[in-house]
Amino acid sequence: MRTVLDFEKPIAELDANIEALKRITAEQGIDKSEEIAALERDRERLLREIFKNLTPWDRTLLARHPQRPYTLDYIRVIFDDFIELHGDRQFGDDGAIIGGMAWLNEKPVMVIGQQKGRDLKERQRRNFGMAKPEGYRKALRLMHLAEKFGRPVITFVDTPAADPGVESESRGISEAIARNLREMIALKVPIVAVVIGEGGSGGALGIAVADRVLMQEYAIYSVIPPEGCAAILWRDPKRAPEAAEALKLTAHDALCFGVVDEVIEEPLGGAHRDPLTAAQIVKEALLRHLPPLQKMAVSKLRESRYERYRNLGVWQSVLE
Amino acid sequence: MQRGWFARRSPAERVAMDEMNDAWVKCNGCQQILFARDFERNLKVCPRCGHHHRLSARERIALLADPDTFVERDAEVVSADPLGFPEYADKLNKGRANSGLPEAMVSGTCTLSGIPIVLAVADFAFMGGSMGSAVGEKVARAMEYALEQRLPIVTCSTSGGARMQEGLLSLMQMAKTCAAAARLHEAGIPFVSVLTDPTMAGVLASYASVGDVVIAEPGALIGFAGQRVAQQAQVVKPPPNFQTAEFQLEHGMVDIVVPRKELKHTLYRVLRFFTGG
Repeated sequence: MRTVLDFEKPIAELDANIEALKRITAEQGIDKSEEIAALERDRERLLREIFKNLTPWDRTLLARHPQRPYTLDYIRVIFDDFIELHGDRQFGDDGAIIGGMAWLNEKPVMVIGQQKGRDLKERQRRNFGMAKPEGYRKALRLMHLAEKFGRPVITFVDTPAADPGVESESRGISEAIARNLREMIALKVPIVAVVIGEGGSGGALGIAVADRVLMQEYAIYSVIPPEGCAAILWRDPKRAPEAAEALKLTAHDALCFGVVDEVIEEPLGGAHRDPLTAAQIVKEALLRHLPPLQKMAVSKLRESRYERYRNLGVWQSVLE
Repeated sequence: MQRGWFARRSPAERVAMDEMNDAWVKCNGCQQILFARDFERNLKVCPRCGHHHRLSARERIALLADPDTFVERDAEVVSADPLGFPEYADKLNKGRANSGLPEAMVSGTCTLSGIPIVLAVADFAFMGGSMGSAVGEKVARAMEYALEQRLPIVTCSTSGGARMQEGLLSLMQMAKTCAAAARLHEAGIPFVSVLTDPTMAGVLASYASVGDVVIAEPGALIGFAGQRVAQQAQVVKPPPNFQTAEFQLEHGMVDIVVPRKELKHTLYRVLRFFTGG
């Protein structure tokens, strides 16, 4: 079943009409090509119009769209010879974070990312992309492996949050995230992070400390889900659309705050309408950002990564 | 609620009653009524049940710093409202009024039983001790100063987590404080993190968890997700001591749980191990 968001409905209706006309052409041999062409023009105009005026809440829904490409979809298109590596060597293997060796245009890279599931069974196995401590520890193990052999790290960020359950608490979810933050800042190889869907607070940041952070046009990045924010502010999770507005969670906002370095365009109507093109655009961005980082001296690389995070924040200096 | 009852009395009687009222406090743990004087003398720990009540940043500094040695730094760093977030300006004003502080974090230098240290202490009365850009900046500066002066640093956290009202910028303070902690780690500067009630979410999942030694106060609430979220997500039933200092000790996330009256001496012993000999 394809999911159609409310604001996508007019497009879905046009799609259905176009399909019907095509069927008539095929089945009854009546030429409807002019009508089809007219409808397709309408469809494109409508898409442009709708996607020009998206609210932060619309973007939140797009970031969570069940047909949106996930990490593995990007890996399949962008990289060659991906070898998935499993386990944190301490407790287990977390399905919510995947990682492994791959080649980006003849260059070896370590790829790590949060992975959501497509169907119910896979969603459960991947815990809806909510990683447990062993996921963050696996990610860190792979980063250290990359460091040992001088391979750059590319991460894909797509999680509603880190797993908040009893098991995760018992195994130190906070410590696992905190350690990743401290270690990623000091890693001796380049890191590029790409926010491809939901950048869900600490759970996202736990694999997103990088030299370059890129973010897709319709991805979101937030300190708290809009529903949670609305529940705290107004005791009403239904006011999430307002909270989404207040939280400034869009890719453009993140760019303005200096949290991301580039907003990666998506195909018209969002990555889920054309996953292949979406992945090609991400690949181009990676190929632009990675080589200059690989040319930097390690000390310079680490120094500028430190400065990048050290300078984030807006506060004021008030002398009494 | 009690005030309605007092209101029927004459003004003189009311003053007397208020004074008497101030002489008593109710323990948040066992609900017993305690002499305020005993309670204060016992460092706000209930003499009956041992419940550790929250200390303000100033009280905590008085507990740990040798008398008249604390010199505050970076007091000028305070929050802005970069998102123009609903009600944030009001909450900042309330936070200032509630805590008597310009920001949720007080940092500076002092000696602790004669050992010179950098000390950074959070205050829960200022917006739940939450970490926005200013708090992150103060923690990072304290750590950078510790690095520059090669002084050990002690942080005392009490926080609901990252400050929602500064959105993504608050989230980035987790990375910023851990970046500064990474430099301490590499330079071999001792960093002791004291977790007090409560230390949650974005603060626990950042600098507070990467101390060389992590100390917690008895009974302190320490955890990742708010109790409500954690409970909703439960497949496994949480144990009765879920997200307490003792739970975190049992699961290997905390080195020592130390009663408040022993905190200063324990810190001294830990710091002496790193700096003395």
